[in-house]
Amino acid sequence: MPALQMNDVRKVYGSGEQAVVALDHASLTVGDDELVALVGPSGSGKTTLLSIAGGLLGPTEGTVLVGPHAVHDYDRRELTRFRREFVGFVFQGANLVPFLTARENMLIASEIAGGSRKHAARRADQLLEELGLAHRAGNVPGKLSGGEKQRVAIGRALMNEPELVLFDEPTSALDSALGEQVMELIRREVKGRGTAAIVVTHDTRMTHVADRTVEIRDGRLAA
Amino acid sequence: MRLGWRELVRRPGRFVVAGGALTLIVVLLLLLGGLLDGLYKGSTGAFRSQSADVIVYAEESRNSLVRSRVEPGTLERIGEVEGVDEVSGLGVVLIGGLPQDGARSVDLAVFGYESPNLRVPAPPAPGLGYADRTLETDGVEVGDTIVVGPARVPVEIVGWVEDTRLLFQAGLWVEPGTWHRILETSRPDAALPEGTFQAALVGTDADPASVAAAIEREVPGTSALTIAEAIATLPGVAAQQETFVQIITVTFVVAGLVVALFFALLVLERLGLYGVLKAVGASSRQVAAGLVTQAVLVALGAFVVGGAVAVGLSFVIPEEVPVDLQVRRAVVTAVGLVATALLGSAISFRKIIRIDPASAVGGS
Repeated sequence: MPALQMNDVRKVYGSGEQAVVALDHASLTVGDDELVALVGPSGSGKTTLLSIAGGLLGPTEGTVLVGPHAVHDYDRRELTRFRREFVGFVFQGANLVPFLTARENMLIASEIAGGSRKHAARRADQLLEELGLAHRAGNVPGKLSGGEKQRVAIGRALMNEPELVLFDEPTSALDSALGEQVMELIRREVKGRGTAAIVVTHDTRMTHVADRTVEIRDGRLAA
Repeated sequence: MRLGWRELVRRPGRFVVAGGALTLIVVLLLLLGGLLDGLYKGSTGAFRSQSADVIVYAEESRNSLVRSRVEPGTLERIGEVEGVDEVSGLGVVLIGGLPQDGARSVDLAVFGYESPNLRVPAPPAPGLGYADRTLETDGVEVGDTIVVGPARVPVEIVGWVEDTRLLFQAGLWVEPGTWHRILETSRPDAALPEGTFQAALVGTDADPASVAAAIEREVPGTSALTIAEAIATLPGVAAQQETFVQIITVTFVVAGLVVALFFALLVLERLGLYGVLKAVGASSRQVAAGLVTQAVLVALGAFVVGGAVAVGLSFVIPEEVPVDLQVRRAVVTAVGLVATALLGSAISFRKIIRIDPASAVGGS
């Protein structure tokens, strides 16, 4: 079963003459251990597609399946639970909680999901080790470099062992060398876990690490 | 949510403004409450000390002890009313007295009474009296003699009694004969014959309000009140209570506004953070719980600091200011403050619910 199946998805903001079509009959399938790069210019619909795939937004039309979950049918509460349990997000600029340490920023994903504290602590330590952050576990984001913050954000996204990880411009705030390192890390982590992932990026230099690159323009996908 | 607690512990500076404002409000609330309780205590002790359930005045006195006059026959008829178990006479004269050392006069409420009450033993022998312990601050000691009124009637203090003041005048409790003598020599126009008092105190095992109604019905010319009602009719007491309760209520409202405004601003500042938390699966309830945790803890912290400041201030406030800090009042203030903090922070719930998790990825 594919990790993500979006069929004929439309997303329209507003109505009548004010209506803006952000996604226009977009269909995308992502295999269960596939890493897909989604590229396109500003305003092309990348973020909207990512938001719909992650259950942050509902589609206006079409169906969205994440594994067996028919996300397009979910109400607000079900979407919250879905995001908590089945999806990992890495945002632009990491978006860490500024007063929590690197380790606590990872643990927060588990706290929100109400998981076992002991298991979460083991998992966070393991991820910190794998991401090369064990020595920075007790540092707050203000004491971490840009690359380290992004690695913490990746750790947070992987904490609850999601079926799908969505990366929103993960290298936009990093220089090329660091961006390259982070993309390699994403590939290693995603492939190592057999998790599906979509990486939204405007930087085509970063796409070589992906299994496949999908381009989006004016809300339409082109393979 | 532990997130709220962690922010509070790690970034206490962010909460200093709200905490400081609430601390000042707590000090104000406790001192206002203390003043209210102090005024109430000083005005009503003699009535609160009564073990009787009902007090009966002459109807034309408009429920004023000093204006009332209850004849022996009336006392007898009151005793015959169904439900009345015990009747005794009570009278008072508000007057000055000069302690033994003669340094300065003291204000007295000299009570003539027939039966012991909760704090005053049975009447002593003629010429002797139990005095309210507040006279100790005027240098009076047990065994001293106070000369009372213009006729300088001597009363020897044979013991202290606690919390028996009336309208801030120290209670001096004497047997009826001594009281009659003080009354007729100080206010000849108000002199009463022996056996006549200003009020009748009634003890009952039945419902006091029903017994009071029965007395008024069956003994014409009387006005019978429960002790609580009688306290409320004391000059100034009800007005004082009402005024202070209103000031305290407004102060609680101000506390609520401080909390509401502070946390509304905090939520605005954290829209991005809350958007991220909601995007990774936090429910609005979880986010709001963190906010409420912070509001309640800030309020409790303010209560602890404000309470300590109020207690400290109570030691330096001049004795003439009747501030009486009571545990009961402190508990009510703490509960009120927490409730106010809950309500104040609840104002931000709508904003939290409306935060779109999709805002975390921007662009949408």
